[in-house]
Amino acid sequence: MELTKLTALELAAKIRAKEVSVSEAVEAQLEQIEKKDSLYHCYTSILADEARARAKEVQKQINDGTLTSPLAGVPVAIKDNICTKGIPTTCSSKMLEHFRPPYDATVVECMNAAGTITVGKLNMDEFAMGSTTETSYFGVTKNPRDITRVPGGSSGGAAAAAAAEEAFLTLGSDTGGSIRQPASFCGVTGIKPTYGTVSRYGLIAYASSLDQIGPIARSAADCAAALDVISGSDKRDSTCVDREHYGYLNALTGDIRGMKIGMPAGYFAEGLDEEVRKSIYQAADVLRSLGASVEEFDLKGVKYAIPAYYVIASAEASSNLSRYDGVKYGYRIEKFEGLQEVYKNTRSEGFGNEVKRRMMIGAFVLSSGYYDAYYNKALKVKALIKQSFDEAFEKYDCVLGPTAPTTAMKLGESLSDPLKMYLGDIYTVSVNLAGLPGISVPCGTDKSGLPIGMQLIGRPFGEKEILRAADAYEHAE
Amino acid sequence: MAEMEVKMIISDETITYVAALAKLSLTEEQKERAKADLGSILGYIDTMNELDTDGIEPMSHAFPVKNVFREDVVTNGENREELLANAPVKKDGCFVVPKTVE
Repeated sequence: MELTKLTALELAAKIRAKEVSVSEAVEAQLEQIEKKDSLYHCYTSILADEARARAKEVQKQINDGTLTSPLAGVPVAIKDNICTKGIPTTCSSKMLEHFRPPYDATVVECMNAAGTITVGKLNMDEFAMGSTTETSYFGVTKNPRDITRVPGGSSGGAAAAAAAEEAFLTLGSDTGGSIRQPASFCGVTGIKPTYGTVSRYGLIAYASSLDQIGPIARSAADCAAALDVISGSDKRDSTCVDREHYGYLNALTGDIRGMKIGMPAGYFAEGLDEEVRKSIYQAADVLRSLGASVEEFDLKGVKYAIPAYYVIASAEASSNLSRYDGVKYGYRIEKFEGLQEVYKNTRSEGFGNEVKRRMMIGAFVLSSGYYDAYYNKALKVKALIKQSFDEAFEKYDCVLGPTAPTTAMKLGESLSDPLKMYLGDIYTVSVNLAGLPGISVPCGTDKSGLPIGMQLIGRPFGEKEILRAADAYEHAE
Repeated sequence: MAEMEVKMIISDETITYVAALAKLSLTEEQKERAKADLGSILGYIDTMNELDTDGIEPMSHAFPVKNVFREDVVTNGENREELLANAPVKKDGCFVVPKTVE
């Protein structure tokens, strides 16, 4: 039996049934990483010794009945912008190359309490800025489905690790599509929860009004189980919404009869790859065959989501990243004259091109004389996009469309033209602007065998509906 | 997508000003590159102006948020050493910075 092929829930069930020990699971995972990661480079650090020690501890707790979570004993991996106490958390940046957080992120505490075992930290675009994982200071991650292609980004390491069986389950973060787009490119499932569902405490900030943490795995059920573990209010993140009922895993009944699904006609217009379009229409037919109704409708203002997103995200980034000053933690240049040079030279050497570009866009749109025309205008566009979705959800339970306009690009194709890269975020960014949950589910491949993902967007806190639809779809195939 | 072609002209002064705001020093080559990149990105961003937003309130948060209050008590412990462990330069339990006042 090849253990690493199992889903997280299947593995945990075998561990509970004593068919597999936690140590065996961890060894199998580490062996797979050892075998594959020199090729794909999903990981920024591998925690073999820590994982082995923790496996014994977790096994003991499972044996004595103190650990009963559905994910107990499962090896997992965490995107490298999520703080892990004493373990390097680099954001794939030179700036934080040697940073060891003095605390765990809330999601890490939650996963540990549920008995998962962290086997490593995952590569990403620097500070989560990018759609290909090519902006990582530590080198690119390759798409396990085709190593001449990018895995998507910014959670490229997380999606690639799940696809390459280098992890059963990973945690990524999504500011404008960074969970869903790489999940789509690598042929795995990833969900961005509603803003406020998961605590961002310990997530290194990019754009705070948009950032959410979410799971990437090889099934919707694994994502639901992980979301059950990491959701909930947190005194340390005041945007976290307290809700009484999560129970995502229990919501996967397989029954989507009567579910009303809308497909924005504008999503299928110019710019969408023909093979992607076909796959999504076929997926719609599958959902119909399961008893859902699917129809096209007009979602207004979508086109303006990208400009609004890049204004808002860059503005928040320029503010958030001002903390990297070479004083309290992170990189500092060695030679300088005076404080200003410490700041400027540290930041110029410590940050890569994409990060600098977004900080400059952010500084520009927030600067005196431009604030109203750019930043305020973007906030108004955001209001209109939210309104469009509100209207859609008066009629529909979910919105269905592609996750990305194309399948995975060739390595090296995107870096020279940032605007072209930004345009690839067309279907994902509006979901972050409106704060909604969105899941990317594999729905076939193109003629070169590259995975295609469909995106299901839910109402605010409508994770259960989109997970149920995703799970039902998976089982229909 | 025709709007990709529209570029905004970014002057030397603007790029110098923006780099100063972002606390970055750019080489001449980087400045030229930044002018071109920001020009095409901001040109694209300007397509937002096609959308009529008269009378629309700018929306900071997608959902209503309220201030969350707690008692003003210290909950974190004494972890000076732990925090200083990440400092690039430290001395006698403090962060070291260059002289800031003449």
